[in-house]
Amino acid sequence: MDFIPVLKEGLPYVFKGTWVTLVVVAGALAVGLSIGLPLAVGTVYGPRWLRRLIDLYVWFFRGVPLLVLLFLFYFGIFPFLGLDLSAFVVAVIVLGCISGAYQSQILRGAILSVPEGQMKAARAVGMSDLQAIGLIILPQALRLAIPGWSNEYAILLKDSAVTYALGVAEIMARAHHVASRTYQHLPIYISAGVLFMGLTYVGTRLLAVLHKKVRIKGYA
Amino acid sequence: MIPDELFFLYRDLAPALIRGAAVSVRLILPSAVLGFACGVLAGSCRVYGFSLLRWAAEAYVAVFRGFPLLVQLYIWYFGMPRLGLYLTPYEAAVLGFTLCSGAYHSEYIRGALLSIKRGQILAAQAIGMSRLQTLRHIILPQAVRRALPGCGNEWIYLIKYSSLAYMVTCIELTGEGKIVASSTFKYTEVFAAVGFVYLLFVTLATWILKGLEKRLTLPGFEFHRV
Amino acid sequence: METILQVREIRKRYGNKEIVKGVSLSVRRGEIKVLIGPSGAGKSTLLQMINFLVFPDDGDVFLEGRRIDPGRKRELCAYRQQVGMIFQEFNLFDHLTALGNVEIGLVRVKKMDKKAARLRAMAELERVGLGDHAGKYPAELSGGQKQRVSIARALALDPKVMLLDEPTSALDPELIGEVHAVIRELGASGMTMIMATHQISFARALAHEMIFMEDGRIVEQGPPDIILDEARCARTREFCAKIGELGGRP
Ligand SMILES: Nc1ncnc2c1ncn2[C@@H]1O[C@H](COP(=O)(O)OP(=O)(O)O)[C@@H](O)[C@H]1O
Ligand SMILES: [Mg+2]
Repeated sequence: MDFIPVLKEGLPYVFKGTWVTLVVVAGALAVGLSIGLPLAVGTVYGPRWLRRLIDLYVWFFRGVPLLVLLFLFYFGIFPFLGLDLSAFVVAVIVLGCISGAYQSQILRGAILSVPEGQMKAARAVGMSDLQAIGLIILPQALRLAIPGWSNEYAILLKDSAVTYALGVAEIMARAHHVASRTYQHLPIYISAGVLFMGLTYVGTRLLAVLHKKVRIKGYA
Repeated sequence: MIPDELFFLYRDLAPALIRGAAVSVRLILPSAVLGFACGVLAGSCRVYGFSLLRWAAEAYVAVFRGFPLLVQLYIWYFGMPRLGLYLTPYEAAVLGFTLCSGAYHSEYIRGALLSIKRGQILAAQAIGMSRLQTLRHIILPQAVRRALPGCGNEWIYLIKYSSLAYMVTCIELTGEGKIVASSTFKYTEVFAAVGFVYLLFVTLATWILKGLEKRLTLPGFEFHRV
Repeated sequence: METILQVREIRKRYGNKEIVKGVSLSVRRGEIKVLIGPSGAGKSTLLQMINFLVFPDDGDVFLEGRRIDPGRKRELCAYRQQVGMIFQEFNLFDHLTALGNVEIGLVRVKKMDKKAARLRAMAELERVGLGDHAGKYPAELSGGQKQRVSIARALALDPKVMLLDEPTSALDPELIGEVHAVIRELGASGMTMIMATHQISFARALAHEMIFMEDGRIVEQGPPDIILDEARCARTREFCAKIGELGGRP
């Protein structure tokens, strides 16, 4: 039980990393959405060359490990471009780009599961294609995508621990810091893991509530 | 200028990448097989196990899907010595990958087992099949087909997540890259090359899985890969 | 003729609700018994208990005078091969072709040689008029075709008795005829059958005896014309009148 005092002292420091973790995740989700949404619309409605290009993007960001991308952008590409970005910003951008690839797939599925008659009916009342997509298809598709986002949130939350490799002061980095100072690795990492589980639970619950709130009556 | 680059490629990068890729493969293959086995075990327990076993399997899945993989690796590598379990970086990585991906595999296995209609089992019994025969000839062929897309994705994730072995000092592809990059300061080139190798692995695995799915596909058992 | 299958005082309860309340019946070789009764009467449960797909809480089943002990796995599997079962939902093995469905029992359960099994399976498929569809998967067959495959699957094992649980209830009306034709032929060939159905006119033409079941009990049994037209019990009359209205009359 010698680890109790250490935990009492060290855990508040670890738990303060929650904010950093959550900001990284929220930022990545937002970046991911702003990339994923146009990509999804492009893959469903775009011309062939655009679809190929988007496929290439998705293939790249789904195929290269997060850690490698973090190193590539933080040590390689951004300095090469003369950009001096903090580890935190790079983490958000890289996670966001990866999430964009996944979100484009989620949204694509959601758009495709909106019944075909919706597009026909929108055109029949005289909407342009762009109007039909923006006013009729997407409002339905975005609702359908919420469970997918919930999953994406859980994945990003866990992946955000990897940004510790760049020195972002999130939960994992702080846990490692405390653990290597106190040699209480086991209890501290377990606490960190439980914290991640708790954050996953709270976040997915909130999204489930949102899902219910925006539900259209009688709509599957 | 150009000979210099070629020299770097020839002398530093290529051997390191090959060495690293070999270690990565030695991490991925056993973890893929053991992880799948783990998932079949946990998934079967969750569907068919008696209460205590089912409860244990559910807890296993909740924890190993809930903790980030990096945290799990740190627990095995840095945490376990406290309990007297000293693992090499390689062992810690394989153990971590196996148990984590097993939890995810079990989700797909569970879903596949649950999707088998009760009527299939009744009909098997009705023509006199034993439990083992029912499992072997009716349940497994259907479950494998239902679980394959999900498990396939899991194997692809494993390829990418194998890079985290570097964080517990198991020097595989990413680690070799980091060493070369740090000593030559050619970060962009090296990590682009490392990324390319992973892309190669992932693409190859996707092809193999697609081929497998194509061979296993039957009317009523079509595969929907995203 | 001698009794081939006998069910004695068989019971089943789920929770504290008794679903089958001590049912006995005996079937002679070549006899066709039809079970009728409202939904929830316990017909499916009774049929499934006869070949132990549902284990009875109490009561016995005898095949050719021998009591079946469901606790002995090998004996149970051997018994089930001799009792063919046709389900309302067909329950074809979804990952096997029509031929595969008929073959698998022969190869895996009866351990028949592969070539012989194939010939036999083809013959059974042709008997139900599906020789041309042998290579198709269940997902590619119509409901009526699926049910005929399932009949072929049962017949391939040379059953002594066939149990049919509402074989045409899940079918579109225009597909019922083809399945009835197969069952009629089966009856003509002397197969012993117990069948639950709501198809009254079909049952009247086929059955030697009709059994009216309600609330887990046999209420009345006898020749079809008696049960359907001059039943003693008011409940039986009421039920028969109701399904008669639904187009059951010839
Ligand atoms: N596995 C089960 N668990 C609980 N109740 C059941 C089960 N199977 C059947 N029942 C109940 O038993 C009753 C009789 O069902 P069933 O034998 O299917 O009747 P029928 O085939 O005559 O319509 C129904 O009320 C049904 O709800
Ligand atoms: Mg029924």
